[in-house]
Amino acid sequence: MLSRRIIPCLDVRDGQVVKGVRFRDHVVMGGIVELALRYRDEGADELVFYDITASPEGRSVDRGWVERVARVLDIPFCVAGGIRSVDEARAVLHAGADKISVNSPALERPALIDELAAAFGVQCVVVGIDSLRDADGEWHVRQYTGDPAKTQALARRTLDWVVEVQRRGAGEIVLNCMGSDGVRAGYDLQQLRTARAVCNVPLIASGGAGTMEHFRDAFVEADVDGALAASVFHSGAIAIPDLKRHLRDHGVVVRL
Amino acid sequence: MAVVLVDAGGTNIGSVRYALQRLGVDAALTADPARIRAADKVILPGVGAAGPGMARLRELGLVELMRGLTRPVLGVCLGMQLLCTHSQEGDTTCLGLIPASVGRFAEAPGLRVPHMGWNRLVAKRPHPLLAGLGGDDQAYFVHSYAVPVGEYTLATADYAGEFSAVIARDNFHGMQFHPERSAAVGARLLKNFLSL
Repeated sequence: MLSRRIIPCLDVRDGQVVKGVRFRDHVVMGGIVELALRYRDEGADELVFYDITASPEGRSVDRGWVERVARVLDIPFCVAGGIRSVDEARAVLHAGADKISVNSPALERPALIDELAAAFGVQCVVVGIDSLRDADGEWHVRQYTGDPAKTQALARRTLDWVVEVQRRGAGEIVLNCMGSDGVRAGYDLQQLRTARAVCNVPLIASGGAGTMEHFRDAFVEADVDGALAASVFHSGAIAIPDLKRHLRDHGVVVRL
Repeated sequence: MAVVLVDAGGTNIGSVRYALQRLGVDAALTADPARIRAADKVILPGVGAAGPGMARLRELGLVELMRGLTRPVLGVCLGMQLLCTHSQEGDTTCLGLIPASVGRFAEAPGLRVPHMGWNRLVAKRPHPLLAGLGGDDQAYFVHSYAVPVGEYTLATADYAGEFSAVIARDNFHGMQFHPERSAAVGARLLKNFLSL
């Protein structure tokens, strides 16, 4: 049986891990390698590093820290941040990342997903989707969310984009429900369930984890493959070994 | 001990190399036939598709060389699949060192492809490659194509049915998961390979 994954997310800015609330007001949480190893030791199944300012600043991810992480880390990790070409993706993968995640650049030019899948296989290609429910009651995609001043609301419906990115070659989708991000009131189960129904590749829940029950709910009620969280892990509010035992005791298959 | 990583263009080459470094082994990354032939251990990593993987081996003139190796060889992920006879992925003729046909995971309700994540390894027969493997040990998989269970199967995993997680025939070995990304379990299995 495939285990459900617990995935700490490390937002990277200027070579350090930061965290903001609702994508704003970032504070430094620690060094990249130091936090990566801490989470590995605690039993994280995978790590995601987001270079959160790369896309708004129009630059690609810094390869130096990717290589430093790859040398010491023995669990998989995914890198996101301003990757907008096959060559940039190749550099990050060759530096040692297992997967690359694209978000804003894929919205600028959806064919990027096709190109990445053709070059590296779908298993390397993660598409991150930042989504928020709008006044019309529909979930819509947001772009450039790393910088509040540049964040744009798009006409594109989230569910349409979930379907399109799979057709183009996404091997995994991280759905970041911005309405619940950073406020620890639980994952957006309704949105995740709706996305799950149209998602045949692994789906990762992101945004809103506050308690161990929230993780259980995402796995049991929204059938996601992995749950991503940042602040509850960075702050120590939830210890990963405790979380995994809790999940196991509630019938969720995990790696202990 | 000379360990070489065959540079067939896979993107996980760096990760495998670092994993070996963590075990104290500095593996050379090479496509040089003489170095590969002279190595004590040969590792064929690989991420990507079977067709381009075989094409790359042909371009490098390594197909017959790989077939003729007599020292321990380990294929990782796509590298393991390339050791087999044939892959459904791109209808590709592979190296034919392990008599298996690689097929795509069958469509099934609720079955997500690629199979991505940690899954439990179940040993099927004793082999030095599996020394120390515990009953709850899990490894990290990322793949859409899989090798069915056969007489070459050393260990399986279950994803809507059993498939081969570790295979071996003569001096050729394969791991479908990524030992370089499978924490202590992966390190143990890599160490076992280096000790063969």
